Amino acid sequence: MTTGRTLLKVNNITKRFGGLVAVDNVSFDVKEHEVLGLIGPNGSGKTTIMNLISGAFKVSSGTISMQSRRLSSLPAHQISRAGVARTFQLVRILPSLTIIENVMAGSGFGHRRQWGREACHQAEALLERLGLGAQMHDPAASLTYIDQKRLELARALAGEPRVLLLDEWLAGLNPTELQIGIDLVSQLRKEGRTIILVEHVMDAIRSLCDRCVVMNSGEKIAEGTPAQVLSDKEVIHAYLGDD
Amino acid sequence: MSEMKWGWPVIGAALFLLSAFIPLIADGYWMSIAVTIAMYTALATSWALFSGPTHYISLASGAFFGIGGYLVATAMSDYDLSFWLMLVVAPLVSALVAALIGFATLRLSGVYFVIFTLGLAEMIRNLVSWVQNNFLGSRGLYVLTDFTEAHIYWMLLVVCLVIFVFGWWLSRSRLGFALKIIGNDEEVAKHVGINTALAKVLVFTTTGFFGALVGVIIAPRYSYIEPNQVFSPELSFMVVIMALLGGAHRLWGPLVGVIPFALVWETITIAFPNSTTFFLGLAFLFIVYFIPHGFAGLIEKHWLRLRS
Repeated sequence: MTTGRTLLKVNNITKRFGGLVAVDNVSFDVKEHEVLGLIGPNGSGKTTIMNLISGAFKVSSGTISMQSRRLSSLPAHQISRAGVARTFQLVRILPSLTIIENVMAGSGFGHRRQWGREACHQAEALLERLGLGAQMHDPAASLTYIDQKRLELARALAGEPRVLLLDEWLAGLNPTELQIGIDLVSQLRKEGRTIILVEHVMDAIRSLCDRCVVMNSGEKIAEGTPAQVLSDKEVIHAYLGDD
Repeated sequence: MSEMKWGWPVIGAALFLLSAFIPLIADGYWMSIAVTIAMYTALATSWALFSGPTHYISLASGAFFGIGGYLVATAMSDYDLSFWLMLVVAPLVSALVAALIGFATLRLSGVYFVIFTLGLAEMIRNLVSWVQNNFLGSRGLYVLTDFTEAHIYWMLLVVCLVIFVFGWWLSRSRLGFALKIIGNDEEVAKHVGINTALAKVLVFTTTGFFGALVGVIIAPRYSYIEPNQVFSPELSFMVVIMALLGGAHRLWGPLVGVIPFALVWETITIAFPNSTTFFLGLAFLFIVYFIPHGFAGLIEKHWLRLRS
């Protein structure tokens, strides 16, 4: 993948919840058109980093910036408007709205704002592409789990974000669905989108990520290509414990 | 749905025109019920524009209504200001109060918001009573006008029309869409770029505005205004109950709740004048248990079944 200039810069961020340090002085860069994997054992602080980038939480110290713009002091809605979109670890759809309205929720207020007919066309195109085209006027609550995940992705893409955060988007899928999911993300990658994904599925990490940042107990313990980090001694140790 | 785009506004306009003729045929008794229905339709519909999509249950209606009634009474009794001036000023004051309450409380979620609005409304009531009794003299405030029940009714009807047109616009606007998203999942709303605090405060402010507007218009009906009476917490509950009975998720929902409830309420207050609060509580329980989506929900369910 051709990677360009640095788009997102995470600089010495720390997040404390009372006495617990969930993220401890972590730094990394995300380049344009790059897929960065954020991996590590459970509780290592990956989702917290996603929440810090999207503005769900405020950093305790450190900065996050997109090119020259400082994101870490902004509220979540402004970060979204600056071009950061996300999916949630525990899927969050808007159950009382229809499927197409769920997608339009992603474009009406966000980064590249659309409303009315254009928003509708764009939402239809996205739903067709993600395989939800046939049922777009049904209530979103009627969807199966994988379809809810697709819908969440469609909503995130609808704002045409500059950075897409996928928080365990592939978790909970069966093997067939997983392959479909990996193919979808891989298409997004080919389009040159900038993506940060938190993931546990090793196949997905190997095939999708240009680079990985490995977390353990809130600290960054390794960074590099998937092959590099997955053979790193400290990473293996973090995942499998003492031998 | 698209061929029905203008259907509902046309039906609504026809109903509005028809209801404008009610004073020509109704006698005194039915006229007073018509005024009550128009008053609660305005209050409950305006309440539902905010609370319907967001699910933030506000018990501050009594406070806004009271601000209207109290300000017009004070201005006319003590300062010789005109009714029409207060018709403009009081709603603006109330909208400002709503905006302040909004910024202070809309961060609170669920039951905390409910309790806070109730407490705040009570605080305003006691504060105004206290100021009135200790500093402005405890003599009464009078709203003396030449208005008949019919005049009051027509004014309220116009307010209803404005609220319905506003609600119709809101339901098709980005702001209205934002409120629906907030009601579904506020965290998602923030993450798709919605300034949730601003959206909520903007619409809550209109509830304050219309509440006071109704309070000003209805004041001549009572003639004698006493703070404890116009800042009525019972009114806040009545508005919520009627809106929920009709269904707060549709623009026309509160209307189909207000009409039957006002009629039944009339009978109850005559038959059991000392236990109205008991019946209010009973009605609330009944609605929450048996028709959680109100009449509008029932009607829609049967309509869908008929069509399929």
